[in-house]
Amino acid sequence: MTGNLVVQFLAQGAQMFFVLLIAPLAVGVVRRVKARLMRRQGAPLLQGYRDLAKLLRKESVVAENASWLFRSAPSLIFALTWVAAALIPTFASGLMYNWAADVVALVALLGAARALLALAGMDVGTSFGGIGSSREMMIATLAEPAMMLIVLTLAIAAGTTRLAGVADFFIAEPLAVRVSMALSLLALVIVALAENARIPVDNPVTHLELTMVHEAMVLEYSGRHLALIEAAGMLKLVLYLSLLICLFAPFGMAPATAGVDGWALGLLAWTVKLLGGAALLGVWEVSIAKMRVFRLPDFVGIAFVFAFLAILLAFLSRGAIE
Amino acid sequence: MSAIGPLAGLIAGRDAAPDGYVRLDVEPEVWTELAQGCAAGSHDLSALWVDDDRVCMALGGEGLRAIVSLRTEAGAYPSVAAHHAPAMRLERAMRDLHGVRPVGLPDTRPWLDHGRWPGRESAARYKFLTAEGEGLHQIAVGPVHAGIIEPGHFRFTANGETVVRLEERLGYVHKGVEGLLAGADVARGAAIVGRISGDSTVAYAWAFARAVEAALGWAVPPRAVLLRGIMAELERLSHHINDVGGICNDASVLTINARCTLQREDVLAVANACFGHRLMMDRIVPGGVTVDLSADGIGRIRGLLSRLEETRAEILRVYDSMPSLQDRTVTTGIVSPDLVRQYAAGGFVGRAAGRAFDTRKNFPYAPYDQLPFDIKTRTTSDVDARLLVRMDEIAESLKIVGLMLDWLALGDIRSCGPAAVASEGAALVEAFRGDVFRSVRIAASGTLARVHVRDASWFQWPLLEAAVEGNIVADFPLCNKSFNCSYSGHDL
Repeated sequence: MTGNLVVQFLAQGAQMFFVLLIAPLAVGVVRRVKARLMRRQGAPLLQGYRDLAKLLRKESVVAENASWLFRSAPSLIFALTWVAAALIPTFASGLMYNWAADVVALVALLGAARALLALAGMDVGTSFGGIGSSREMMIATLAEPAMMLIVLTLAIAAGTTRLAGVADFFIAEPLAVRVSMALSLLALVIVALAENARIPVDNPVTHLELTMVHEAMVLEYSGRHLALIEAAGMLKLVLYLSLLICLFAPFGMAPATAGVDGWALGLLAWTVKLLGGAALLGVWEVSIAKMRVFRLPDFVGIAFVFAFLAILLAFLSRGAIE
Repeated sequence: MSAIGPLAGLIAGRDAAPDGYVRLDVEPEVWTELAQGCAAGSHDLSALWVDDDRVCMALGGEGLRAIVSLRTEAGAYPSVAAHHAPAMRLERAMRDLHGVRPVGLPDTRPWLDHGRWPGRESAARYKFLTAEGEGLHQIAVGPVHAGIIEPGHFRFTANGETVVRLEERLGYVHKGVEGLLAGADVARGAAIVGRISGDSTVAYAWAFARAVEAALGWAVPPRAVLLRGIMAELERLSHHINDVGGICNDASVLTINARCTLQREDVLAVANACFGHRLMMDRIVPGGVTVDLSADGIGRIRGLLSRLEETRAEILRVYDSMPSLQDRTVTTGIVSPDLVRQYAAGGFVGRAAGRAFDTRKNFPYAPYDQLPFDIKTRTTSDVDARLLVRMDEIAESLKIVGLMLDWLALGDIRSCGPAAVASEGAALVEAFRGDVFRSVRIAASGTLARVHVRDASWFQWPLLEAAVEGNIVADFPLCNKSFNCSYSGHDL
């Protein structure tokens, strides 16, 4: 039993490092796909790692009037995002800390990271930071409730708010098209786009200060601070992709009882699905224009409406069964 | 004032010089009357500059052009901007550069002078115009931007995301061009003028060459005229295609930009192969052109034309089929057509607002006087209209480049200049941004006594301020790109 505990612990730790390790690669895949679709060579897939290494080595320039919040925010944001990303079941559903992988906790962790980033954006007092923070909060006020509704819809279906439980439920249940699930999926994709500052909500590669959302908040960061923020951004992408995989395409995930073999298979399946998701994101991003800032409420609002309909349908169908 | 307007009455019965301009000295009363005529819309203000102890004003109306000059009294003269706002920045720049005193100038802040010029440093702060109200905040952008673009400062006053006022601050790339030109010989003058704004080097050099040729009575061989036309249209094509890509890029449609960038590179590579320089700099000189186009080059350009036509059709198809992109461009950055008329804005800014002015058509010069082409205008005056006007112009340019290639007959490409005499000449040439004006005064020794250079952007920059008003802050880059005004050509 002790041996089993150690293996379990190691597996949980491995998951934590897998998400961190693969995050720059996932972003590299998105960038590479976009570049190729624009007939450019594109940066190597491993560029994300090099960028982080470079930033970590560089000196961090901090504005004179920056407070402790500005300095500590990157570490906190990184830690919160990492924990959140590590909680989501990736290759196996029965890991040691899966009981902690509660969707409500997940939303809370991400919300805390976002609040810190928005505060840090305003801390130095530059106009761009302020613009970025205000836009981020505008998006968040719409995306967060939608996110809550989505997870609750799934929780109603699976009877638990534990992600591993939900994944187990979807693996066990025969695949059946459910309207509420389809609506949740759409809503979650929209929320994921908004949360990760992707087109059409934000453009991660823009150099136009006035149009930025996420980038505007982190304009003042450099060196290792920026490396942490960038890494947190990459982790967030992996987090949302993993969440989508875990909830809507969990096949291949090792069940609670699986051993090391099952885990290896699960890891392979997850990696393939994750990178596939990243490639899809790249295709999506080159095929659409960025939205006007004031159209964003409509777009993210759609997510809320879908999520609301999904939870309504979930309630109704439950009632019918009972 | 009579129905024909003060300008027509004034120049009736006078002969125009070979450059098409009627020149006359006027009294202060007539000067002011003409300034009021600009404001009333009976004629357009084309340029305003200082020449020695005179101030000169170039005016244009229906088929008539005039340069009126007024002797200043110890540097003082009645301000034009007091009656006609578009002259404001011109006169502020004239104060900075020449020390003249426009009496009654409403805005006496410096314009190009940032208090950094040796010998006249000043620590005075530049006072931006105020906008007061609850909840308003200022956003300062530039002069150093996050992308690799020219420097300019933009001061936004915004209410949340909505722009209440935008004020531009330019002059960061002032390099004393007109001072350099004074006293230079004609060949050096042509080289300097071609370097003022690299993106319009062909149009600038052509305008300078035409002004010098008009002054000296210098005839240009027909083949050279056609080659100039071909180069100018290639320049227009490369920028229009680049601008279309740039506008789409600012709406984050990266694919169209990628396609446009490739196509622009194609144009530049062909220009390099045919004329020996990607931007065709120093290819147009007074008297003709410096490089001939080989038969091989003609083939290359014909190939380019068909590729461009294909790209244009494809981009237009993609643009039309992307509602998410049109949602960004349609009704964004509208300039009222009345303002456009008042400022006599040329180029796509004017034509997108229904102002059917194109120097190639309104004051045609060889070879455009022979070429059949249309001036397409739009009326919505938004980013979408400015983009589509560019697309229309690409089609017209493709047509006339093909015609010019057909007409190209063997012959000289450059003629020797006549003996230098003290003389004056002016020219208006259509660059890709709009009409650029050159005025040249040549001394008896053959050197340039005074050259004035006015870019189309002087009358477009102020309209950008108006276009952005009421839009959201995040749409400024899109509006800005659709104007694509020159910094270097404006700051001189």
